[in-house]
Amino acid sequence: MAKVLMKGNEAIGAAAIKAGCKYFFGYPITPQNELPEFMSRELPKVDGCFVQAESEVAAINMVYGAAGAGVRVMTSSSSPGIALKQEGISYIAGAELPCVIVNIVRGGPGLGGIQPAQSDYYQATRGGGNGDYRHVVYAPATIQETVDLVMESFDVADQYRIPVMVIGDGMIGQMMEPVEFNEPKRRELPSKEWATDGTKGEREPNIINSLFIDPEELEVHVNERLEKKHAIITEKEVRFESYNVEDADVVCVAYGTTSRIVKNAIAKCEEEGLKVGLIRPITLWPFPDKAFEAITDKTKGILTVEMSTGQMIDDVKIAMNGRKPVYFHGRTGGMIPNPDDIVAEIKKIVGGEK
Amino acid sequence: MLNDKRIRIITGHYGSGKTEFAVNYSSKLAKEGKDVVLADLDVVNPYFRSREKTEELSKEGVKVIGSSIKGKGSDVPAVSAEINAPLQNEEVEAILDVGGDPVGARALGRYVNYLKDGKYDMFFVLNANRPETQTVEKAIYYIREIERISRAKVTGLINNTHLLKSTTVEDVLEGQKLAEEVSKETGIPVKYVSALENIAKQLPEDIEGEVFPIKLYMRDEWMS
Repeated sequence: MAKVLMKGNEAIGAAAIKAGCKYFFGYPITPQNELPEFMSRELPKVDGCFVQAESEVAAINMVYGAAGAGVRVMTSSSSPGIALKQEGISYIAGAELPCVIVNIVRGGPGLGGIQPAQSDYYQATRGGGNGDYRHVVYAPATIQETVDLVMESFDVADQYRIPVMVIGDGMIGQMMEPVEFNEPKRRELPSKEWATDGTKGEREPNIINSLFIDPEELEVHVNERLEKKHAIITEKEVRFESYNVEDADVVCVAYGTTSRIVKNAIAKCEEEGLKVGLIRPITLWPFPDKAFEAITDKTKGILTVEMSTGQMIDDVKIAMNGRKPVYFHGRTGGMIPNPDDIVAEIKKIVGGEK
Repeated sequence: MLNDKRIRIITGHYGSGKTEFAVNYSSKLAKEGKDVVLADLDVVNPYFRSREKTEELSKEGVKVIGSSIKGKGSDVPAVSAEINAPLQNEEVEAILDVGGDPVGARALGRYVNYLKDGKYDMFFVLNANRPETQTVEKAIYYIREIERISRAKVTGLINNTHLLKSTTVEDVLEGQKLAEEVSKETGIPVKYVSALENIAKQLPEDIEGEVFPIKLYMRDEWMS
């Protein structure tokens, strides 16, 4: 298929529908509005259903219901709206249901602003909801990668019965790039025999639930089912891009659109004879700890670049386990890091050890 | 460009490249020594609006009128009363950068009294690589809807077919085919063929419409 030019938000909608998403429940918020708008226009054409809920809380609970019925369902919002959905996300994770949640991140805290940010890293990877739960988090850097990951998210959600979040800063939602739609790699997907899709008088009723009053039963649920599943996902689904990490003077770590700015900074450093590597986590959870194993003793320091005051840096420090100093450069409020500022930070690290 | 009417309205389907064209057009007109005002009427987009380039354009001699609510981060659709000035003042060249789709064109409705036949040009920007405007029928649908909502007539087509920096000459020529078919159906002439400078140089000389080389104002270097 020939490439078309799409805005990130539209492309996410188109990718979801191509992946078989039939249901979308949401509530408007900038900078992701084009996505529900797209779904409201396009879902009826595929016999799907779009509902603009009365609130984000209602929307995520509609997702909970639809996921329980075994259909492919998605919701989207931006930062404060995703905050409102956290309770429902915890319930969906607790009830082990598949769904896809898109967060097009804007500056915070509170209402913050409408410009791009990456300050929901904690919210996405630590969860704002209660309990020992996890969900997969994909952080694409281009519109093409966004499309690919959204399509795959529905499969991953079904395979592991887990919510999958696709997180992009406002730029991913708003900017336009050429895209094409390709089927993701085929996965062996289990049948949804747990779904509440009608007994037809042929089986016992299924129950969708996250309540386990008996402590022994809850411990089995958390340890034997959820935690084991998390371990398998951590083993099998980690994804990252790695560039020139071995023997680099400095290794940068950045995700999403920030990684593209860092690549520009790296190219500028290379012109001056510096060797600078990049680790770009594509899954924020599970975090690509193993990518950091390639960092050698020659490297003077790690530079984490984020559109936040420093959130992913915690995971970078855990992965580095004290082997090398970890530095930070960030912008907030919707301001975008500048390649020259990143170059200056890199030079400081290289010079600082002399 | 100098033969276009004093008031130029840039419309089109969402994401077809109206703002990039409007900004380039304004800049080029200012270089001809004209007194140019670019009015950002976009009430649809939260990012990539011409008002973000106010400072850069003012250095090139273009005055930008944005939202009446100050602060570039605002998504409150407030059109400035200042926009009346360039519409009334016959000494200035007015360029209206309108939000995409019929919904964006609605902001034009209040200026209908200034838009007398023969006193304005309304250009429809067309990108054949946008999924919603890949056929003659769909392109004409958008033209007619924008005309209906704005109560103004499209007077020229702009073939702005591209895939950003990966655009090829073939992309532009594919789009040209579409633009010419739309033109044949509607009687609206193809006025401009806009393309990045390196592509524009390679376009055939006998192409319908004036080749209009542009540079990307709205796209930061890192986005390539």
